[in-house]
Parts: sequence; C-alpha cells; structure tokens
Amino acid sequence: MERYEKIFFAISAVMLTLFLCALAYASIAMHIYLPSSQAVIQVKPGQNLASAVLTTPPFNSPGVRQTGPNQYEVDVIAQAWFFYPNVIKLPAGAEVTFKVTSVDVIHGFYIPGTTVNMMVIPGHISVTHYRFEQHGDYLLLCNEYCGKEHHTMHAKVEVQ
Amino acid sequence: MSTAIVFEPDKRLQLPDAQRRLIALTLYVGFAALAIGVMNGLAQALNYAHIDIFKYYPGMRTYYQGLTVHGVFNAIVFTFAFANGFVALTMARGLNRKLNTGLLGAAFGCLVVGTLFTAYAMFSGQASVLFTFYAPLEANWTFYFGLVLIVVSTWITSVNLFLTLSAWRREHPGQRIPLLAFISAVTYVFWDISSIGIAVETVVFILPWSLGLVATTDPLLDRTLFWLTGHPIVYFWLLPVYISWYAMIPKQVDGKLFSDSVVRIVFLMFLCIIPIGMHHQYLDPGITAHMKFVTAVLTFMVFLPSLLTAFSVMYALEIGARRHGGRGLVAWFFSLPWSDPSVAAQVLSMLVFMLGGITGLMNASYNMNLEVHNTTFVPGHFHLTVGTAVALSIMGVAYWLVPYLEHRKLWSRGWALAQAWIYTIGVLIFARGMISGGLAGMPRRTAISLAPYAEPAGWKIAGIFTAVGGTLMFVGAMMFFVVIGFTILFGEREEPAEIPFTETVQAPAGIGWEVSLDHLRYWIAIAVVLIVVMYGPFLAAHIPPAPIATGFKGF
Repeated sequence: MERYEKIFFAISAVMLTLFLCALAYASIAMHIYLPSSQAVIQVKPGQNLASAVLTTPPFNSPGVRQTGPNQYEVDVIAQAWFFYPNVIKLPAGAEVTFKVTSVDVIHGFYIPGTTVNMMVIPGHISVTHYRFEQHGDYLLLCNEYCGKEHHTMHAKVEVQ
Repeated sequence: MSTAIVFEPDKRLQLPDAQRRLIALTLYVGFAALAIGVMNGLAQALNYAHIDIFKYYPGMRTYYQGLTVHGVFNAIVFTFAFANGFVALTMARGLNRKLNTGLLGAAFGCLVVGTLFTAYAMFSGQASVLFTFYAPLEANWTFYFGLVLIVVSTWITSVNLFLTLSAWRREHPGQRIPLLAFISAVTYVFWDISSIGIAVETVVFILPWSLGLVATTDPLLDRTLFWLTGHPIVYFWLLPVYISWYAMIPKQVDGKLFSDSVVRIVFLMFLCIIPIGMHHQYLDPGITAHMKFVTAVLTFMVFLPSLLTAFSVMYALEIGARRHGGRGLVAWFFSLPWSDPSVAAQVLSMLVFMLGGITGLMNASYNMNLEVHNTTFVPGHFHLTVGTAVALSIMGVAYWLVPYLEHRKLWSRGWALAQAWIYTIGVLIFARGMISGGLAGMPRRTAISLAPYAEPAGWKIAGIFTAVGGTLMFVGAMMFFVVIGFTILFGEREEPAEIPFTETVQAPAGIGWEVSLDHLRYWIAIAVVLIVVMYGPFLAAHIPPAPIATGFKGF
C-alpha cells in the first residue's frame, strides 16, 4: 500500500473509532439504552401462546400501574391489529417502564418523537424506560409489518 | 520465499455462443424482475402522498402484496440474476477461459423455476409476508421453496466459478490469480458462507413448518438466522458493482487502477467480517446489549473497505480525467467522459452512494438506531445504496454489457444519459422525503394512505417528496427498459466488442506478503471463526429452539 492509501486508511479508522466512542458515551454516561430484555413467556406443553401470555404476570392484567413515588409500569399486549390497552394515561415527568409482549406475530412498539422504539417478538417480553416531559397526546404505532391491517394498529398515550 | 509469476490474460475473450446466450438470458430475467418490481414501487411511492393506485393494478389486492413483490423481485431476483450472469463473465474474462455450459444452464434454470414458484405464491395472494418473511407470518410453501431454488442457483454459479478457477490454477502453478478473477471468486465465496443462515432457517425450520409437518416455530431464532444472511446479502448486491467500479470504470474513463493489493484487501475485508446482521436487531428482546455493541464495532469496521473504495476508485477516475485536460483540486471531475451513459450512470451512483454510506452509518450507530429503526429513514437510506448505487450502476454496466452480449450497438446514448440523470435526481428527492419522514416518525412498510389516525407534523411534505421523487425514479427506470429493449431488438449490428478491463499502475506483487492474499483458505477460516464467535453464544442459548408460535395468515 502506498503512502496516501495508508494515510487515508488511518484517517478513516480514527474517524470511525471516534464515532464509536461517542456512542459508548451516549450509552454509558447519558443512559440511552437499547431494549435488550432477556425475559420470556413460558409456554407449557399443550398450552398455546395466547393463553400463556394471558396467565403470565403482568400480562394477566395489562394496563398502567404505579410502582413507586413517581414511578409507573405500563404492561401492554400487542395483537394483530391493536394494542391493549389502547389509551395509556401517564403523568408528565414520571419514570415509566413499558413491558410489552405479543400473542401472535412480530409487532413494533414505537412512540414517534421519543426513544421508545422496540420490537415485540412472540414469546419474549420487551422492556424499555422513558420519562415524558411534555404534556399532550403521543401516538403509539406498530412499526413492524404484521398483516393486512397493520397500518391501523395504533394507540394513544395521554400525558397529563 | 517463492517467486510468483503474474498472468496477463490475452486482450480478447471469445465465449462460446451458448454461454454468451445463457449469460444474456440470466441478465434479462433480472431486468424483467426489476421491471415488475419497479411498477409496484411507483404505487408505494404515491401511497406516501395518499394516492392509492393499487386498486388499478390487475391481480394486486393489498399494499403489502405489492410491497412483497417489490422487495423480492428487486432485491433478490434482479440482483442475484445480475450477479450470476455478470460475475460468471468477469471470471471468464479474468482467466481468459470459458465456463461450464451445463452449470450455466442449470443455474439459469434454477433461477427461472425458483422465480416462478415465488411469483405464483405472491401473485396469488398467499405470500404477502415481505421479503424478510418473519415467522410466524406464514406464506404458502411455494414461496419459500422458490427462494431456496433462487439461492441454489447462486450456489451452482459458485461451483462453475470455482471449477473454472481451479482448472486455471492447475495449469498455472505458482502464479498470482488475476485480479478480476480473484475478486469474482471472493464475491461468491463470501456469499456462499453468508447464505448459510437463510438456508438453515428456510430448509430446517420454515419449509417443514409451512408444509404442516411441524405446527410451531421459534420467531427469534428464525429472525436471527435470517439476519445472519440478511446483512451480508447487501454486500452480495454491492460486490458485483464494486467489480465494475474497480476493474472496468477506470478503463472506461481512460484511467488506471492504482493498486492491485488494495482491491484484494477490500474484498477480503468483506469476506472476513460477515457476522454483523445483529445490527438489524438492535431493538430486539432476547439479544444481549453487549452482543449488540460488539456488532456495532464490527459493523463500523466493514465501513472501512467502502471508504478505501471511495479513495481508490476516485483516484482512478482522477487519472483518467487529468489525461483529458482535467485541472484543479476537484474541477477535474467535470472532465470525466460524462457523455458516455455507462460512465455517467455509474459515477452518479458513486456520488449517491456516499449519502447512502453516511445514512447507513447512522442506522448502524447503536443507540442512535432508536430514532430511526423501522421508520422510513431506513428505506430512504437503502434506496440510495441498493436502489441506486447498485441498481443504477447495473444499468450503467448494461449499457456496455448488453451491446457486448448481443453484438449490437447501444440504442440511443441520449436516452440512456437522460435515464441516468432522471433516476439520480428522482432518488435524491425521494430519499429526502423518506429520510425526513422517518425523522418525523413515519413508520416504514406501512400503507400510510390508509392509516386511520391524524398525521403528525412533517409527514405530509415528506410524502409529497417521496411521491415526486419515486415517480421520477419510475420514469428513469422505464427509460432504461426502453433503451435495453430497443438495443436487443433494433440495435445496429456490430463486430464483437471488448470487455472494458483496466490495467493497474502497480502490478500484483510476485513476492512478499501480498502473495498470501490469494490463499483464500486462510481468509475463509477467519470468516468462519468470527461467525462462530458472534453467533455461537446466541445459538447455544436458543438451540434446541423454543417453538412457541403457530402460523399466522392474516394478510
């Protein structure tokens, strides 16, 4: 390799390394995490996935629960082609944990304008955290194709 | 230290007529698939501006049926057909040696039969599962079976290439593999290893399940095997185009490629770093955060060979432009032979590819992916890469390749030139729309024109850009089919032409470390070890699979 090739290679490598450092900083210092929950839904022999989900806490009673001072957990079931519950009411500034699972196919769980964006895979429980600072209505969308009426699959998050 | 001799192929390759016909027919299957795919693409682009023209498409029932056809025909049939035809030819040219006609015919037959099976499934409405076919969405078995045959056609092509290469090596012991043959071989070795994931997914899990032999499947395992192949597949789209950029474009602009070794290193880097598909699964449950970060690091490493390509190819262009009066630090760029449609299409592709690379790096950027995952930012990105850097470059290649194969002159350089510019302007407007829409939260793979909720701010203008740009891309693509069709039917007959094939400023080294670049088995070993390191922990945790999901056919 010639001199200019080596210089170009070195500049490229340094640039990419700096980018990676920035991402690591955002992850560690700024706490921007990827949803990487390892929790699963246990399906017993002879049981189907839907009934397993409906008998597994917290999905036996989906909805919003207060878990501490200013802390809330939102447990959501995704099913073609709706979310249950489809209206989620939360106070502004609260620390919110979303736990989501699917009873049929792969869905998405996405609130535009936030960092709430995760895949919902049958048999797995997706978990993410967020704090809504702004009052108002947020759109919750399925952003993974899930069949004929996929574009209708949405819900509302009301932050008061 | 042994001294290797350098093989200089004779100037002119004369393929037997049967092989020339088969290569041409393989390409035409790809172009036909592209035409059908692009027709659906137009309807999708208009959908973002709330114009629903799907209802006028014969036989098409839903947006998602059209989207499946668009993805499968454009991203799989078109690209694979081009690779099978073009890389077979570059191998033959690199070694100045003919191929095996029977294997060329078998690969062609497999491709056609496979395409017919998937086409049946898609057009009959039994396979609206998109080209990623995530289980437990369950298509008719003919869909998966057709895809398997299409992949088998690439394997048959590999056998053809490797037999040709090993016969050459037996006759030329101790010689460096000619550059063109080397990069052709690496492209297919790379793909053969990469395709294992999708092969296992389909043959072991999905096909038996879609045939009803087993009732359930493991969606996360299937999806992970899909992406094991699904990311490297994009380099299988790209590498045949890199062959053209490295080995042909320099000649076409009257320049030279500078370094033989850098090109080999670039291709080997792609071969070594296969297992990065988990960056498509950054937001998946069931995959640990540290595996995702390691994947991000490896993904960034794969950006290096593309940066090197930008350097080497630009330098080759600059050599050519300066020979033709090019001056200045960047002004030489205007002295390229812009009146040659083959050059114009491919140089425009390269410029668009820079934007594609930057947006790709954003997608790959670990937690930044939270902002863009499954939004229209992603198709905005990949219409700059596969949709233009690959597709428009293939059109550019076709402007010399079809005349070469047909012994006819290109019909209308003016149309071909206009085609390249219209398509490029189109994709820039289109991608502007999709990328801004994605940043405003517009989900991808969604029939936006039918969505029941009020559109958030920013979607409307994004949709208009998408529709306008997509329409221009459609016009550009249709002009390509006119040029190619008229060339085949009415092009002026001419003497067999020569394949444009560049010289390098630096010949391949005969001694030293560079000789070991040709020892593919070492590089294959590195590739396999890295795959085991990256996927071993996941597979160990997920085999035996947890088959919890039954099939879903609500499409």
